[in-house]
Parts: sequence; C-alpha cells; structure tokens
Amino acid sequence: MNYFELFALPVSFDIDTGDLKAKYLELQRHVHPDNFANATERERLLAVQKAAQINDGFDVLKHIDSRAQHILSINGIELAHETQTLKDPMFLMQQMELRETLEDIPSASDPEQALMDFQSEVDGYIKSINRLFSSLFQQADQVSFEKAGDEVRKLKFMLKLSQEAVALEDKLFDF
Amino acid sequence: MALLQISEPGQSTAPHEHRLAVGIDLGTTNSLVATVRSGEAVTLSDSQNRDSFPSIVHYGESGIEAGHEAKLHAISDAINTVVSVKRFMGRTLNDIQAQHDELPYILKPTENGLINIETRHGLVNPIQVSSEILRPLVALAEQSLGGDLVGAVITVPAYFDDAQRQGTKDAAQLLGLKVLRLLNEPTAAAIAYGLDSHEEGVIAVYDLGGGTFDISILRLNKGVFEVLATGGDSALGGDDFDACISQWIIQQSGYTGDHSPALQREITRVACDAKEQLSFLKVAKLSLDLPCGSHWQGELSREQFNELIAPLVKRTIMACRRTMRDAQLSVDEIKQVVMVGGSTRVPLVRQQVSGYFDKELLTSIDPDKVVAIGAAIQADILAGNKPESDMLLLDVLPLSLGLETMGGLTEKVVHRNSTIPVAKAQEFTTFKDGQTAMALHILQGERELVEDCRSLARFELRGIPPMAAGAAHIRVTFQVDADGLLSVSAMEKSSGVQASIEVKPSFGLSDNEVAQMIKDSMTFAKGDMDARMLAEEKVEASRVLEGLVSALSADGKLLDEQELTQIRHAMSELEQAVEAGDLKAIKQAIGDCDNASSSFAAKRMDQSIRDALSGQSVDDI
Repeated sequence: MNYFELFALPVSFDIDTGDLKAKYLELQRHVHPDNFANATERERLLAVQKAAQINDGFDVLKHIDSRAQHILSINGIELAHETQTLKDPMFLMQQMELRETLEDIPSASDPEQALMDFQSEVDGYIKSINRLFSSLFQQADQVSFEKAGDEVRKLKFMLKLSQEAVALEDKLFDF
Repeated sequence: MALLQISEPGQSTAPHEHRLAVGIDLGTTNSLVATVRSGEAVTLSDSQNRDSFPSIVHYGESGIEAGHEAKLHAISDAINTVVSVKRFMGRTLNDIQAQHDELPYILKPTENGLINIETRHGLVNPIQVSSEILRPLVALAEQSLGGDLVGAVITVPAYFDDAQRQGTKDAAQLLGLKVLRLLNEPTAAAIAYGLDSHEEGVIAVYDLGGGTFDISILRLNKGVFEVLATGGDSALGGDDFDACISQWIIQQSGYTGDHSPALQREITRVACDAKEQLSFLKVAKLSLDLPCGSHWQGELSREQFNELIAPLVKRTIMACRRTMRDAQLSVDEIKQVVMVGGSTRVPLVRQQVSGYFDKELLTSIDPDKVVAIGAAIQADILAGNKPESDMLLLDVLPLSLGLETMGGLTEKVVHRNSTIPVAKAQEFTTFKDGQTAMALHILQGERELVEDCRSLARFELRGIPPMAAGAAHIRVTFQVDADGLLSVSAMEKSSGVQASIEVKPSFGLSDNEVAQMIKDSMTFAKGDMDARMLAEEKVEASRVLEGLVSALSADGKLLDEQELTQIRHAMSELEQAVEAGDLKAIKQAIGDCDNASSSFAAKRMDQSIRDALSGQSVDDI
C-alpha cells in the first residue's frame, strides 16, 4: 500500500503536515465505523478495516522515520526486516558513549537535569537527521536513497535511546 | 428542478422516523440512562423523579431487585446484595483479593480464574449482575419512550482492558440489548461538554468515579473529538476513599471483634457519609453502633481526611503527568479541565488537579450526569436520527497489546494510545521441521514481564502446512475495533492457508458460554426461547434490508445490471423468508444477501474515499 496515494499526496519527504491531517480527518469522516452503525455486517467490518488502514497510513506519514522508510520502500529499498547492520564506526562509537551517559544518569547529582540534557542532546541528533532526509530525498537518486537508508538505521538507534530515556524517567520519577 | 435528497451511506433513508436509542452510564456506584428528546439530551427519571439508580443488585427471597429497592437490603442482607460489581468485571479472584481487604460476599473462582458470587439464587458472575443493573434502566427507557430500543451506547472507563469491555458488552447482550457502541466515559463527557460550549482546542477530562479513574486529553475541532492520550487506573475511585475512612474508624473505635458483613457495610456507609460531609464542612461527626451494644462517636477533620487520601490522589496526578507526556503536551497547552464523576467533589482532588494543570477547573456541568448525556448524544447519531451530523470520534487504545515471547517477556504489537480502529500484523515462523501448530499468548499491559500483564487469550494456530523449520511465514493480525475490542486472525503466507484459530479467552466468556447464560436466564419454555431467537433474527433481517435499500439508493449507480439483479434477488428472498417466519431460512437468506453485496460494499467504500479526497461529500452532490 502506497500511503501517499491513499492520502492523494505526492511522494515527498517534505509534506505539509497540516494538509495531511486535514485529509486524514476527511477520510475518517467518511469511513469511520460510526457511520456504519446501521449498515450490514460486511460493511461494518470493511469500515473497521479501512479506518484502521487510514490510521496506520497517517501514523506512517506523520513520523519522520516511518515516512522515510515508506519512501524507500516505494523505491524498492526494503528496510523493514533487514539483517544488514550499520557499518559506521564513528556513529557506533557515539552510540556507545550516549549509552554510557544514559546509564550514569541515575547516579548523577541531579538526575532530572541530567535526563533533560540527555534528551535534548538526542533530540538534536534526530533533528539533524531530519534535515539530511530533506536534502537526500530531494535528490531522489539511488546513491541518495542508499544514504537515506543508512540515516534511517541511525535514526532508529536514536529513537531507541529516546524511548529508553522515557522509560528511565518513568522509573526514576515513579510515573 | 427538485433536488434528490441522498443521505450519508449507511444511515436511515427515512429522516422522519425517530429511532429510540439511549445512552447508559453503567457506573460503579450509580447508573443513569439518558436519551435525546426533541433535540435535547436528558436523563430519564422514574415515577419518583429519580434519575440516578444505585448499581446494586439484591438477590432476595422473593426475586431479584436492582437500584433503590436493592439498596434497602445492603446492610440487612449484605451477603446477598452485590454493590460496586463493576470493580469485579473481568477480574480474577487474585486481583480482587489484592485490592480489597474484606468483602461481605462469598467469592468462588471459576475455571478460567474469574469469579462467581454465591447468593441465595446460586452462583452469579459480574456479567450477570451487571445485566440486572441494566434491566430496569432499559425497562424505564422503553416505558418513557414508548417503544423498543434499537440499541444503546454504554459507557466504560477509558482505562478498561479488553476483558472488562467485553464483559460489559456481554451484560447488555444477555438482555438482548444491542450495543451501538462502547464509549469511553471521558470521551462521552467531552462530547456533552464540547457540543454544548462549542469550545475548540485541547481539553483534559479528569474522571474520578466510584471505582475507576480516567484522564483523557482531547483535541476538539469542528465536530472532531480526537483523543490524544488516555491514562488512569481501573481500580481507583471514591470507594477507596471510603475504605481509608473505614480503616480509620476501626482504628479509632478500638473495635477488635468480628466483622460481620452487616457491620462492614455499616462502617462503609458511615465512612461514605463523612466523606460527603467533608466536601462542604470542615469537620464531620461520625457515629457507629457496634455489636455488643456499645456505641462509638468521633470527629474527622478535613485535614485528617486529606492526609488519609493523599496517596490515592497523588496516584491520579502521576497518571495525569504520564498521560500529558504521552500526548506530548505541556500543561499550558490545556485550555480547559473538565471534572467528571462524583469523587471530583472532594476538595483535595479539586485542589491537586487545579494545582497540577495550573487552571481553574470546570465544575459547572453536573459531574454525575455528563457521561450519560454524552452517551445519549452519540446514541442518537448512531441510531441514524441525525443524518446531518458531522461528529467524528477518534478514540485510542488505553493499554498496549502484545504477545508472549521466549523467557516470559511481552513483545508489544499495538502500542497504547494508538488511534482505533487499528490493525497490526506480526510475522512468526516455525521452530521445528514439519511443525503444524503454534501456541500464542495475547497480553495487555505496559509491563515487560508476562506475569505483570493481563492475559487476554491463548490461541492455537493449527493446520500450518509442514515445512522446514523457519520456512513458514505466519502472519498474525491484531484488529481492535472502535469499541476497543480485539480480534485476531492468522494466515500462513507462503501457502495462503488460513490457519484455524482456537480462541480461549483467559478472562472472558466464549460465545458458547454467553449463549448458555442467555438460556439459563430464560425461565420460559423452549417455545419462548425460539420466539425470542426468531424475533431477534427478524430485527437483524430488517436491518440488513434497510441498509441495502439505503445503500442502493445512494450508490446503486456503482453497479452493473447483473450485480444489481443479484442483490435485488437476494433481498426479495430475504423478504420472503421473513414473511414465512422460518428462523433457519432467514439466517440463510441474510448470509446470501451479505455474499451478494460484498463487492458492492467494497465499491461503496472506495467511492467514499474518492469523495473524501475530492473534497466532496455525498450530500454536496
């Protein structure tokens, strides 16, 4: 399924998120199961499936990692179940350092501040990958796509760190 | 030229025919029923002008009573009077014993871990008790509205898990009541509030009831009610405040004797009274008759009360923080905080919530009625009485769904706060050569360990074609509908074989068990049972026919001559079967109609997607 088609949007990394949201809501207004409370069983099931697909599409296009991955997939580069690993020693070194920082947070003198600093550092890396995507996808050639693939892999590492920071926040501050 | 009027797909073609539908707030402490009358949503009252009915069921010598009549027996016949049964819904004996110190009932575990309550009328489960609470509400509605209901929207705590939701739906099904939708309580409140105030922007709904707590963050925009995140605790409410005071009373009174069920209820009643007084008084006076003729009197100040309940209130604030983070919002982005549920009258609750959100709270709407009112508005729309409505509700899954993996760990497949309906697939492969079956364990919850999550169901996939280990690709699809209910399907991809699934709900009832309970609840002869089934099938048939008539008038143009003939033929067969009154033939004909119209349904769906994207809705044409 090409979700850009579902939302009648051009395949592009730089989408207008306001436009995406408006189209999403308009689609849901038409297919949401609540419109089919009195319809036949078949139509109701179909509505659940369609509404779920639209929700999924919106989710994929909304987030930069899944949007990038989706564009690559449309262009024949499948990252979903890949076994290929990242071969970038610099990046991996940086990951290890970040991981150590995260592990040290609970014993920091001000864990709350340390966690906030950590999160903004990771956010900074995520933002810079976002900018890279923008230029790579505009070039739209095989080399750029492959580079973008590597950036998606890196982004996943960063997002994982970000999630772990949130989990740590839960643990430390008893959410 | 007169323009042809075409209604929204799936909605009634006869705008003047008002269909009777209600919203029911099935609460822990009290339940209400509401409907839309002459365009206004109102709660329905009994002959004594009461619109709030205690969620209490008394299994008495002369029969089963619910509501105010049942409440009269809460102390004198405590063991046969079930209160706050909502707290038991979808729960195991272990869950319940962990939460409550002492309960005045005899609880028996069932085979699948759920509980039965031993009463004078034998063993009853929480689903049956809930259906007894619903029964007089439905009767009241049918009497006040003067006809049969087409269905009801029943509210549930947003934080209810799959087992608790399914149990609520089963309770209605036991009565033969069609559930148009299970609606989350805070979302219902938001509808009532939003449609009334025309407020737009992000609001928080803090809903603290008798036994459950929900916090939902919603964005309201031009008829769209979009839940951004929800959180809560389905075992935290005003009952727990009462329990804190009860413990304090026992401590203060120095009473060390036995706690008979009657005495427990009496202490709870005194505690609840004190709690209510402390909403407007600084000090509450308490008095209690103890066994052996002694009498205890005491005073509880608001400060002392605040101290007793502070840890509970703090738990709700932590849930608010977590939910705000899930919604990725800061408190200054919240425009309004709507307070729902009787327990939001407690001053400490108001003070803490207002402190956290740094806002004045909206308490002008009746916290006891707003949920039923919202449900009634939604029921009116779902029943097809408001074809011009452009309301859209986008709710979320409250708790993540996952699968057990190696080592007793949970792997999340659908994350909490995903907008529903949602469908996610996960692929698995076989572990051994020639393996033809696979066991899956479905869980709900946020924790890593299987034992910390709620077990929803165990599935056996059978009929996998024998292949080398790792060669089979089994795709398991989780689908959650708009009610928040899960269904699972599986298929082996390389061969296209649909693996058969044996569903064994861990804490729910199978369809057969529900059918058995319906049978058990029938005190009539078999002939009456058949009559009921025939009547229900006829209603279903007329729904199918009406749906098709409306679909054909709206989108008949999508069909070629042959398809149209097939559908019309199936419809007339169904009409004849209904005429003949043969249950089997009606069932068969409904199935035939469904098959004949399946590609039509798909075409209509595609058409409405095209309409949506071209910015044209059907009624603009």
